[in-house]
Amino acid sequence: MTVAAWLQFAVLVLLIGVSIPLLGGYMAKVFGEEQKAPGDRFFLPIERAVYRVCRVDPEREQRWTVYAFSVLAFSLVGVLVLYVMQRVQTVLPLNPTHAPKVPEALSWNTAVSFVTNTNWQSYFPETTVSHFTQMAGLAVQNFVSPAVGLAVAIALIRGLTRRRAATIGNFWVDLTRSIVRIFLPLAIVGAIVFLAFGVVQNFHGFEVIRTLEGRTQVIPGGPSASQEIIKMLGTNGGGFWNANSAHPLSNPSGLSNIVQIYLLSVIGFSLTWTYGKMVGDKKQGFVLLAVMVIIWVTVAGLGTLFELNGNPKVAALGVDQSVTAAQPGGNYEGKEIRFGTPASALFAGATTGTSTGAVDSMHDSYTPLGGMMPLIHMKFGEVSPGGVGSGLSGILVLALLSVFIAGLMVGRTPEYLGKKIQATEVKLVVLYTIAMPFAVLVGTGIAIVTPSVLHVSIFNPGPHGFTEVLYAFTSAANNNGSAFAGITANTQFMNIALGFAMLIGRFVLIVPTLAIAGALARKDRVPASAGTFPTNTPLFAGLLLGVTVIVAGLTFFPALALGPIVEQLGI
Amino acid sequence: MRRQLLPAILMMIVLTLVLGIGYPLLITGIAQVGFAEKANGSLIKVDGKAVGSKLLGQTFTKAKYFHGRPSAAGAAATGSDATDPDHPNKTVPNDPKDLTQDISSGSNLGPTNPAFLALVKQRVKDYRKQNGLAAGVKIPVDAVTASGSGLDPEISVANARLQAPRVAKVRGVPVARVLALVDGNTHDASLGFLGAKGVNVLELNVALDRLK
Repeated sequence: MTVAAWLQFAVLVLLIGVSIPLLGGYMAKVFGEEQKAPGDRFFLPIERAVYRVCRVDPEREQRWTVYAFSVLAFSLVGVLVLYVMQRVQTVLPLNPTHAPKVPEALSWNTAVSFVTNTNWQSYFPETTVSHFTQMAGLAVQNFVSPAVGLAVAIALIRGLTRRRAATIGNFWVDLTRSIVRIFLPLAIVGAIVFLAFGVVQNFHGFEVIRTLEGRTQVIPGGPSASQEIIKMLGTNGGGFWNANSAHPLSNPSGLSNIVQIYLLSVIGFSLTWTYGKMVGDKKQGFVLLAVMVIIWVTVAGLGTLFELNGNPKVAALGVDQSVTAAQPGGNYEGKEIRFGTPASALFAGATTGTSTGAVDSMHDSYTPLGGMMPLIHMKFGEVSPGGVGSGLSGILVLALLSVFIAGLMVGRTPEYLGKKIQATEVKLVVLYTIAMPFAVLVGTGIAIVTPSVLHVSIFNPGPHGFTEVLYAFTSAANNNGSAFAGITANTQFMNIALGFAMLIGRFVLIVPTLAIAGALARKDRVPASAGTFPTNTPLFAGLLLGVTVIVAGLTFFPALALGPIVEQLGI
Repeated sequence: MRRQLLPAILMMIVLTLVLGIGYPLLITGIAQVGFAEKANGSLIKVDGKAVGSKLLGQTFTKAKYFHGRPSAAGAAATGSDATDPDHPNKTVPNDPKDLTQDISSGSNLGPTNPAFLALVKQRVKDYRKQNGLAAGVKIPVDAVTASGSGLDPEISVANARLQAPRVAKVRGVPVARVLALVDGNTHDASLGFLGAKGVNVLELNVALDRLK
């Protein structure tokens, strides 16, 4: 890697590092048990107005079951609204490109995709959806789906900190506060920054101009900047352009690219600080952060190296892939000049360690091992640092699994933060842990014997084609949304199957998370004794890292061997 | 769950109005007042008429212009490859009614896909022929690979320098002047180290046309 590439990486790490205590501390105050939070004089009246209109009693706390029902009800309404909006977009305003009614299976897929924070794009944004559907449908879910994930994570933290409590908070309050105090203010500031970068924001349709050579060219328009910012900040990843963040009108420069990587990572990492603050032991948060950073740096670093090495089969054709002052170099199919290979691979690593799934380069055209890194990153369960809220929930569940395994080794009842981890919690942890691999492996298994997948969906031949299918189900079940995008996902089978994978990856994880929160909240805290395994030490970080890697490795190695590994061996 | 449905519906209505209507209108207002040129696509005008966007690559095939990178734009939306694998440089006249021709898209061709390798091989051959390069000259990778968006506005400096003699010859100007223009339209990485250096093809070609 060049000096500039290292510097770029260092600046990103520095920016995120500086933000973690600031944003993490702020979020701890927004959701903490104390009555007062910064900005109350401005935000409280807004929140009270929302509660009044929505008939919510903010003082009334919810048991975990009611909290879960609220999440499900809100998500159900979200899916229905989004589905109907796509089906009737022809009669709604702001459709300058005359996008037709979206077909049933595609509407279903897209509705589920945005409500589950996946933002998989089976559709072609430029031609399938109107500006109205984008801003009043998809972008609204870009705000509320991370807010739901955040609320669930906060509820889980409350479960760990409360003693003999029946309730874990009020979903409607957590949802409102996260939007009013975190997402909307940051989005307004961020959107203006994106405007300065050159991201478009208008209500034009396709403007046709005449080029220098006298051809016609289409200049697309739309409210892109307002959506772009929340697409990244909310670890959504989907939206406005078919090429996503590779599109120059979405991501115009090397600077905007680094800012996008920063935005999609910052909340996930900061939540470890929030967690440490809320449980009253910052070291607990540092342990989680350390594990996240180790995985993140390893995956992004290896991915960058593999991509910089280039494609030997292309080199053999008389192509220069070296990195010089006059060219960026590396494996350049599917990459943009202005980003360069290191920042493209860094983006790929960051987007798959969170549930974002935005792409600034085409993963399908990565080298076999370069493309395997984002795939593996998702397979760890997206905990480095993971989607907004869902990442913290995920790593906390893995922490519970780790103390359970440690408990088995020494023959003691495991504890986490003074809470005994017993049969109920462990069963829920196991349910959480196997749901995603179940959706990925069963889904992929069914798909690769389905004729429409073999004849229509798969684009590249050989093991690479298998990787496309594996990647699609991994992305859907982890609510990521990135793709080996050569795959044609807009078929009846894939739209419906991936829709179910997304639902499993979202709600079969959220409900056990809330159940764990409820079960833990009811327990009292046992005082630490000589036999307590401390969870705020490097030793525990090592154990947690090991569990994370081994669970994913044992589950997915055979599938990876059939895809990218075989492809690499054939080069 | 039924008791939670009412707040769910009301909340969705309120949030749609605020986040889905109010917020984008606010940002659009700010955009059109404070950032009008950028918010409308960073158009480049010649004699008052827009000829393209600074940010969007466009197709150039004439020898007197610098050529952008190969592109798969439109391929996804139309369901077919924009470039015919057998004749990657044969261009079909654009159909003005077909507005999907510039839909952003990468090729998504895999690194070991024989169709991809055949395409690169053909592009290398064509590039050498167009620019009068000897068979041994290595071709910059960006000149023979499609970009992620299919709309990459830039090419590498190495790519531009190899095309400069051809452009200079066709236009009957000294190569040094063309190379000076290449330098003038090279954008360094943001702040010198974020991303990578590149030459904006449209800006360069507009500048070429201004050479008298």
